[in-house]
Amino acid sequence: MIDARQIEVSLGRRRVLNRVDFQARAGELTAIVGPNGSGKTTLIRALTSEIGFTGQLRINDRDPGQLKPWVLAQLRGVLAQSAQLAFPFTVFEVVRLGAEAGGHAGPEATALAQAALARVDLAGYEGRRYQALSGGEQQRVQLARVLCQVWDAVTPEGPRWLFLDEPVSALDIGHQLQVMRLARDYARQGGGVVAVMHDLNLTAMFADRIVLMEAGEIAATGPVTEVLRADILSRVYGCRLNVMGAGGDAGLLVVPAAEPV
Amino acid sequence: MVALSEPTAPVAGDRRGRARQTTWGLALLLLIAAWASLATGAAGVSLSEALGRLISGEGLSLQDRVVLGQIRLPRLVTGLLVGAALAVSGAVMQGLFRNPLADPGLVGVGAGAGLGAVAAIVLSGLLPAGLAAATGMYTVPIAAFVGGWAATLILYRVSTRAGRTSVATMLLAGIAMQALAGAATGLLVYAADDSQLRDLTFWQLGSLAGASWAKLAVAAPIIAIALLGTWGLARGLNGLALGEATAAHMGIPVQRVKNLSILCVAAATGAAVAVSGGIGFIGIVVPHLLRLATGPDHRNLLPNAALLGASLLVGADIFARLVLAPAELPIGIVTALIGAPVFLWILLRRRGLLDM
Repeated sequence: MIDARQIEVSLGRRRVLNRVDFQARAGELTAIVGPNGSGKTTLIRALTSEIGFTGQLRINDRDPGQLKPWVLAQLRGVLAQSAQLAFPFTVFEVVRLGAEAGGHAGPEATALAQAALARVDLAGYEGRRYQALSGGEQQRVQLARVLCQVWDAVTPEGPRWLFLDEPVSALDIGHQLQVMRLARDYARQGGGVVAVMHDLNLTAMFADRIVLMEAGEIAATGPVTEVLRADILSRVYGCRLNVMGAGGDAGLLVVPAAEPV
Repeated sequence: MVALSEPTAPVAGDRRGRARQTTWGLALLLLIAAWASLATGAAGVSLSEALGRLISGEGLSLQDRVVLGQIRLPRLVTGLLVGAALAVSGAVMQGLFRNPLADPGLVGVGAGAGLGAVAAIVLSGLLPAGLAAATGMYTVPIAAFVGGWAATLILYRVSTRAGRTSVATMLLAGIAMQALAGAATGLLVYAADDSQLRDLTFWQLGSLAGASWAKLAVAAPIIAIALLGTWGLARGLNGLALGEATAAHMGIPVQRVKNLSILCVAAATGAAVAVSGGIGFIGIVVPHLLRLATGPDHRNLLPNAALLGASLLVGADIFARLVLAPAELPIGIVTALIGAPVFLWILLRRRGLLDM
């Protein structure tokens, strides 16, 4: 599990995360939601050691700051919000880099790269130039690369983790659902998924637990039905939001109203 | 753990096989270039005859032994090492800056190394006699290395912020550093005495003509160590292509890769500049051609760049010796004639690079 306590991050004099306690369990998809600037991305960057922070962080009871980078890379994969790539790599080459980062080599790494591309609906794209793809296709290539790095959701050392920062931001609705199913399946296999999300309805459909952030602090945390409530959401997002249809297969539906509160 | 059928057919987009074939082709090219270089020169020496006599145990004539052993062979080895050093430095620097236009010669690293070398030549007279004797012939290459290292460090600090490199800043900072190093070099030249001036002029021309075993004894180990050092950087540079943050997430020790890259570039460029003066554009042209042919994976790019860079510089040297024979063209002119148009061509094809 991931156990973060009293996480604080300051940019200049401004404190962007204020004593945040965050927990996520393996086998679950934990979604981080909240308005723009509430600290979602900062939190995931702290959890992935991308930025400095004060406080205590444990992943599977280990301190990531004490692990060698290549050991940490076997423990968790990270999909960043914006993915850059210098030089004209092919799609296959990019994804295979992920398999190698996960400790695979030779034909096994090649097979993994192909399997991961198929999982994100990009089979047959191996020979294409990454730079020539659309934004959504690039995002799925990056996801395939991350997936290759931590392909087995559980290893003898314990569960592995996927950190996804807005994994569906550039995708059409069909691929949004596909990527979210992929993330949920990873959790069902025993791995842990932590995803920053914007779309509350997708979150309602796929998340097991939600962490709602507001101004650098956690406003609410718990199962979907406890956090996605009209009163809480309307207050945090500063607009009128209705939540329809509690329970059932269709799940919750968050519907905005045109007029302000 | 991973239960997947392993692919048997070649995968589209997998260019590793082609890269390995290219390595063999480039090795063959290198042998041809080396043979042509040894066979070319003012004195009429038949290489095949000389080899035949060597193999049969007859021994070489005195003239052949001097021409081949003391003139052409050190020149060939210098050309090979300098060419490999320049091409690999270019590829590493481009990987570090994540941009195909970064080249030690263009962005002031060569100028920094040059300043170091000139300072060593001019100021060595000021050293206490004991220290000067102790450092001896190592002074120039070491000073060139320090100059190149300082220039690379300054350049990286100026043009990279939060893991992103601004190409415009990098090129402009390069211009500023060239100017600064040029001015400082000019000051030193002004202060030099007559015998130092002769050393300087010869060195500044950028030529392999001054190659000797004595110079190689110092430069060759530095270049060899730097090139071997880059071998361990290939995976790290591949990761850096995805950005520093992602590279770190993929298990790359980013800071170590960056520091080692800068050290290797400075050492290889410094040693190359110390023995042959400023030879430009090899570091741009060679990696660019190889990326077009076999892709940007540094595990193939770096060794292939060493082979192609060595062949290209030896080829340019043959050309420089033949075109105005018996006079010699400075080799820097030849490489600039080939390289500058290629640089412009890259710019025209990918103007977007400058906006990064």
